[in-house]
Amino acid sequence: MSVEAREARQPWILLSPALGAVTLLLFVPLLFILVYSFWLRTATGADLAGFYLDNWQEALSDPFYRDILLGTLRIAAITTLVCALMGYPAAYFIARSRGNKAILLLLLMLPFWISYIIRTMSWINILGVSGGLNTFLIAVGLVDEPIQMLYNQTTVILGLVHFLLPFMVLNIYVSLEGIDTNLEDAANSLGATRWQSFLQVTLPLSLPGLAAGGLLCFVLGAGTYITPLVLGGPRDAMFANLVFEAIITQLNWPLGSALSLMLLVVLGALVLIYNRYLGMAQLMKGLG
Amino acid sequence: MSSVHLNNIVKRFGNFTAVHPTDLTIPEGDFVTLLGPSGCGKTTNLRMIAGLLDPTEGEILIGGRRMNDVPIHKRNLGIVFQNYALFPHKTVAENVGFGLRYRDVPKSEVPGRVQAALDLVQLPDVGSRYPKALSGGQQQRIALARAIVIEPEVLLLDEPLSALDANLREDMRVELKRIQHQIGVTTVFVTHDQSEALAMSDRIVVMSAGRVEQVGTPEEVYNTPASTFVANFLGASNILPARCIGRDPDKIRLQVPQFGVVPVPGERAPGVGEGAAKLVLRAEKLTLLGDGADATGLITAQATVETVDYQGQTVRYFVRLGDTPLQAINMIDTRPFAAGSTVTIGFRPQDCAALQGE
Ligand SMILES: Nc1ncnc2c1ncn2[C@@H]1O[C@H](COP(=O)(O)OP(=O)(O)OP(=O)(O)O)[C@@H](O)[C@H]1O
Ligand SMILES: [Mg+2]
Repeated sequence: MSVEAREARQPWILLSPALGAVTLLLFVPLLFILVYSFWLRTATGADLAGFYLDNWQEALSDPFYRDILLGTLRIAAITTLVCALMGYPAAYFIARSRGNKAILLLLLMLPFWISYIIRTMSWINILGVSGGLNTFLIAVGLVDEPIQMLYNQTTVILGLVHFLLPFMVLNIYVSLEGIDTNLEDAANSLGATRWQSFLQVTLPLSLPGLAAGGLLCFVLGAGTYITPLVLGGPRDAMFANLVFEAIITQLNWPLGSALSLMLLVVLGALVLIYNRYLGMAQLMKGLG
Repeated sequence: MSSVHLNNIVKRFGNFTAVHPTDLTIPEGDFVTLLGPSGCGKTTNLRMIAGLLDPTEGEILIGGRRMNDVPIHKRNLGIVFQNYALFPHKTVAENVGFGLRYRDVPKSEVPGRVQAALDLVQLPDVGSRYPKALSGGQQQRIALARAIVIEPEVLLLDEPLSALDANLREDMRVELKRIQHQIGVTTVFVTHDQSEALAMSDRIVVMSAGRVEQVGTPEEVYNTPASTFVANFLGASNILPARCIGRDPDKIRLQVPQFGVVPVPGERAPGVGEGAAKLVLRAEKLTLLGDGADATGLITAQATVETVDYQGQTVRYFVRLGDTPLQAINMIDTRPFAAGSTVTIGFRPQDCAALQGE
């Protein structure tokens, strides 16, 4: 075998375990789901194999699903915006601090060591009827009765922000780290105030990180079902809750498959748009 | 265009003193170079003038105005960074025009002034490109154009040529000097390269370990070094212990064990009194003489060639005179002397300088 041929094969050999895992654990199940989505669940509860468009028709035409999909995208968008607004200053602070950067980054990672579900549940201990905040308010006499603060859209967003903020901060931090600090000095020396040079230089150069963090927050936020399950009320279901409901509660795998593919297509389209304009490389940088 | 004064400037980082009390005057329109080895505080001084660092003590005056509390964006200085620091997301024209946005320049005048600056650095056609589409040398010119388009009071350059390769560096040296001369802006240039400093400066400030060792024209610091450090930092020098045995009106007489009495010109021995002294003999001024060479006016001795370091046009000899190792850098006419041979070495006493001994 020629050297060229061997060199051309080498990356594939190195990639094969990963490719094998992705094929087995991602593409094959996805294919199952695709096939499932064309099956039909009969009234008896048995699945009828075949090529039926009923699930897709229901998923695409019922305004109930459309509304929840739009609501889900809206919540994900608000969450992303809040994460960006809260995350940017934090990332900037970490990137520009001297010395204790490692500690700050460690603090940022700390939440990942605790299960996401536990972190979400912890809000019940804070905001619940017998939670910390109500106990405090009653103790200082501001209110007589505990206030119901949980189980609404705001707490869902709160939980999502809590979950997703570190992803945003990390992504912005990485892109800020890559910016030469001389650039801001140069802008200052040319007459720009610190704020002006931030707007003219640092912010535009960190946009890729902001966009990568935004995409990550949006996709993870739009796909979650635990947060609305734990912190949302009955009317705060997000799209993934419908999938959960269809598959786990109603055991209607075909409909659940169609619904989950629908969400996948919408979020996939977003990723493609992002990739078209900013490229995947930046996202990988933020994750690594 | 303005003069710059440092009055008793000190800079400490924690317990470490990067700049010891320093007084420095940079006259209007001059090209002044801060020269010294790595870590001697050149950048620190420059950043204090720029307003990127606050001095721990002392005053900075630009054009007679106290600058300590004036923020950098109000100082009107042009800074060129070692790594160029061009804005990668802006075109060359936007980079060069950046400083004009923050000045009262009518929008209609901006393109003309940007173009004039690009012409000045001889890159008239790259305005629409992005910095990464330029070579290192071109980026450096753009960085310079961006710094001078705002008509700064002072131009500050921190090792602007060190990232360029040797040939380009020599070209840019000439180019930079031409541009500085043309616009006449007061310039503070930082380098650790002595030949750069000698070639470009009106005055050189030689620094060592946070202190100013000597300030003077290139000829002064080269011919009349004020300290052993300066003598060695600007080219190679042989420094020999001596005794001053007398002062004539225009000469001092040094008794040097290896060479006997050496009369050194008085102006090259400022402040040397009778007693312990040092003879400074530049390696370029010490010549190896072939058979039958004319030695009139030279002080000579017999020495052994130990090592020959051939450098093309010149050759660097390490010779031994008794116990004393000496360096000589000579032009080559025919062929260099061979290692191991015994030769006559000689120098003209008027080429020597003297320092106070310890
Ligand atoms: N922010 C800082 N904190 C602590 N020490 C510093 C800081 N900046 C510089 N120093 C120290 O001050 C001294 C002078 O630094 P400076 O950067 O001025 O040197 P330099 O002459 O420009 O050297 P070089 O030729 O390597 O650029 C160095 O010993 C450096 O380690
Ligand atoms: Mg430096």
